[in-house]
Amino acid sequence: MKTSVNDTSTSRPAWTPETALINTLHKRRGGYGPDKPTFWTKLGSAFAMFRNGKSIAGLSILGFFVLVAIFADVLAPYSPTAIDNTARFQPPSAAHWLGTTHIGEDVLSQVIHGTRGVIVVGFLAAIIATTIAIIVGVISGYVRGWRSEGLSALTNVFLVIPGLPLIIIVASMFDEPPLILIAAVLGVIGWAWGARVLRAQTMSLRNRDFIQAARANGEPLHRIILVEMLPNLMALIAASFVGTVTAAILGLTTLSYIGVIPVTTYNWGTILNWAGAQGAFRQDQWWWYMPPGLCIAAIGVALSLINFGIDEYVNPRLRSAGERARAMKKKGLNVNDTVTAVRPATTASPSLPTENS
Amino acid sequence: MTAIQPQPFTDDSDSVEADTTPTNAVKGHSRIPWRFLGGRALFYLFTLWAAITINFFLPRMMKGDAVTQYLARNRNVTPEAAEALRSLLGLDTDKSLLQQYVEYLGLLLRGDLGVSLLHGLRPVTEVISQSLPWTLGLVGFATLISFAIGTIGGAIVGWRRGSKLDALIPITTFLSTIPYFWLGLLAIALFSVNLGWFPIGKAYGVGISPEFSFEFIGQVIHHGTLPALTIVIASLGGWMLGMRNMMLTVLDEDYVMVAQAKGMPNSRVLWGYAARNAVLPQIQSFALSIGFIVGGTIVMEVVFSYPGLGKLLLDATNAKDYALMQGVFLVITLSVLLANVLADIAYAFLDPRTRQTED
Amino acid sequence: MSLLEFDAVTKIYSVRGAGQIRALDDVSFTLQSGHTTGLVGQSGSGKSTIAKILTQLETPTTGEVRLGGKPIPRRGKGLRSYRQQLRMVFQDPFASLNPYHSIGYHIQRPLQLDNVVPKEQLDDEVRRLLGRVHLEPNTVIDRRPHELSGGQRQRVAIARALASRPQFLVADEPVSMLDVSIRLGVLNLLADLQREEGLGVLYITHDLATARHFSDEIIVLNQGRVVERGAADDVILRPQDPYTQRLRTASPDPDRHFGSATGIIGGTQ
Repeated sequence: MKTSVNDTSTSRPAWTPETALINTLHKRRGGYGPDKPTFWTKLGSAFAMFRNGKSIAGLSILGFFVLVAIFADVLAPYSPTAIDNTARFQPPSAAHWLGTTHIGEDVLSQVIHGTRGVIVVGFLAAIIATTIAIIVGVISGYVRGWRSEGLSALTNVFLVIPGLPLIIIVASMFDEPPLILIAAVLGVIGWAWGARVLRAQTMSLRNRDFIQAARANGEPLHRIILVEMLPNLMALIAASFVGTVTAAILGLTTLSYIGVIPVTTYNWGTILNWAGAQGAFRQDQWWWYMPPGLCIAAIGVALSLINFGIDEYVNPRLRSAGERARAMKKKGLNVNDTVTAVRPATTASPSLPTENS
Repeated sequence: MTAIQPQPFTDDSDSVEADTTPTNAVKGHSRIPWRFLGGRALFYLFTLWAAITINFFLPRMMKGDAVTQYLARNRNVTPEAAEALRSLLGLDTDKSLLQQYVEYLGLLLRGDLGVSLLHGLRPVTEVISQSLPWTLGLVGFATLISFAIGTIGGAIVGWRRGSKLDALIPITTFLSTIPYFWLGLLAIALFSVNLGWFPIGKAYGVGISPEFSFEFIGQVIHHGTLPALTIVIASLGGWMLGMRNMMLTVLDEDYVMVAQAKGMPNSRVLWGYAARNAVLPQIQSFALSIGFIVGGTIVMEVVFSYPGLGKLLLDATNAKDYALMQGVFLVITLSVLLANVLADIAYAFLDPRTRQTED
Repeated sequence: MSLLEFDAVTKIYSVRGAGQIRALDDVSFTLQSGHTTGLVGQSGSGKSTIAKILTQLETPTTGEVRLGGKPIPRRGKGLRSYRQQLRMVFQDPFASLNPYHSIGYHIQRPLQLDNVVPKEQLDDEVRRLLGRVHLEPNTVIDRRPHELSGGQRQRVAIARALASRPQFLVADEPVSMLDVSIRLGVLNLLADLQREEGLGVLYITHDLATARHFSDEIIVLNQGRVVERGAADDVILRPQDPYTQRLRTASPDPDRHFGSATGIIGGTQ
């Protein structure tokens, strides 16, 4: 997905190096002319917040689950609903890698097929939620006065009203709620946090000079928001998207587990519902209840890794603080004693000029 | 349902409409922050109204009729009795929606939430008042403990940045990405079934009735330990990460450096200066995520068969007992709003700046 | 010759919890094309508010701004054509360029917005403008702002301001965020451009020395009021108002510094 980000070799322009005026800050191939921004480099900088170890690890795990969801039909050894009365409650074996259920269904196949529902609902809900969050957040951050306050109050109402009980009630209205509907409800309930964060950031962007400069140049409103502001909000939008995916996946599996949405297609929560109802937890049938739970946890870890990476991109202090402290430790200093540690040097040269200019 | 919440950003950038330096400003703010309090009160009233209105419309959007469902389960009810039931539940549709809405508000004001079909037509308020203390006790207590441990722990991890304590962050984050219910189920399988340390589910043992005796209280603690522990473990990560990130930001500030330069003891710099300032956004995010947390934790009651609001809500949902569902939702929302008010008060108490700027 | 009148402008901000702030109080002055007017005052004196009102980012509470005798329309084509006549160079070159867009984009946008040149000449015009501010077009055109130094960025900002071929330029502390060593270069560039293009420049600064050197006329602002105005030398060398006198004693003596190029810019604050 992101392997092509750094590939600019095809677009390297052929002119001679001009380094007379610029002290090159270019790291990749210093000394040559600058790269012309192409579609790929632009895409690369739009995804700059993912260019760190944590985000890449998280994206890899997530990518793995996405692939499993896409190729579930090929990967699953059995049909998830194939009943085999000769093989009930079987622990893992060569035939059934993750054992079987109370009616002899293959747990591995159920987990593989269950990935699909989780991924689809997670992403769909996040797309819906993020779209609402961008619209409400950016508008309420850009406009002033009662409109801004009104949208902010609306956001806070959605933040404060407990979402899960509301979903339980709404979902109970339908006998067989389709996945899209569940995703929509999860999305409509989960946009508020993202909108809040985006509003705050838009407010601070609005007063920045480059936005003022664009306004003074007569840029139309839609261009100011879409072309000048939105690219600078990308990291936060990504973070809020990732956060909503996590929330939606936890919401879906929770609702499936407590049986509020008896989804006909399998997801990890449904498997746990069956396992719970058949007493797998009390009879130590770990092969039945461990894999779905671990999958949820793994996808959760992947998403938090991505968000850690974005966090450090947005707020470099988070990353540098630990590194700096470790570096100081190597020199035998304690971060929290910086002042005392340096004091001998200062007392040795009392004539040191004070730098308070 | 503890999602990885994006950490709150400082967002008081709107407090001053113009980024000019106040020179001729008449700084006449009174001691009591009326404007701030008024704004908050207005917000809570608005939220309350929104919750009540959602509540009003929910059962009217449902396809299935509660009484029909009830009749399907109870054969020997006469048509007349069914009709009486309908008007009792406010489901007779002769009146206009507005009329129904006004009547509904009137009933709410009198504290009348209708009757529960599931619980033999007992008043909903009565049914809820039996469950509420259990939820408040378990979820409320566990959430506060989790917030306290997470915040203090996050402050220490932030302070000792770069040390081995940094490892706590990924560990607690991992624990908070696991769904509550699964963690609860694992805890039951391990501690109750295999080790037998704690009883399986319920708030107290069979054959004992609620009373003020050592035996009963002992039972409640014994039964409540495992659910509470699971809530704490699962929600710790968010608080710890948030506090640690805030600490790292605050520790870079000049006043922390100055405090150290003055030769102040480290513990005072940590708790009196850095943590005191880092905790403010933490409290704000606590207030805003209470609804989120409470929503997630009531699922815990289903896992542990704990007789609280969460279990009540789920039972009511399965039986399509709308009056009870509405009542439970309203009470949960009210509790969350109340918790928000308390967090607001704590915030205003800790931060004198609230008097001039608002959220 | 064009005239921009700033007539009896008062600007009041209401600030939540702090009552009202009178940022400008009955301020009047005129800008003339081909002339540089220095606007001097300490931070908080209302200088930036004047810049915002001139660029129509803010509207005056009372009073009005007139270009060629006609008041500025609030919106539409009229406002656009006014903005095309008056451009601004912001104080902080690190903040006034969008970190996401290339240098070429920044210069190209005003050209497109005001249809300055036909489409096929866009690229040539961008390069011409970059050359005008002594930047090598090939090297900088595709770079992002963060890849340039502060001085280079401020040159880009100047090129952007010139793109729509305005008659007036507002320079709001254009060098205060730059290294002392390159301040003079940027100021001299501005002065050259002003002369060659016949611009009317409002040079906003807190530095009396450069104000005197680069301006024909100087206006001194204190707490939103004009306290003194007149020919540059008169105001600086023979200040009448006590505030200007204090301002002068607080800053390094202009005469002493005028000999050396670098010394000029070492203002206070």
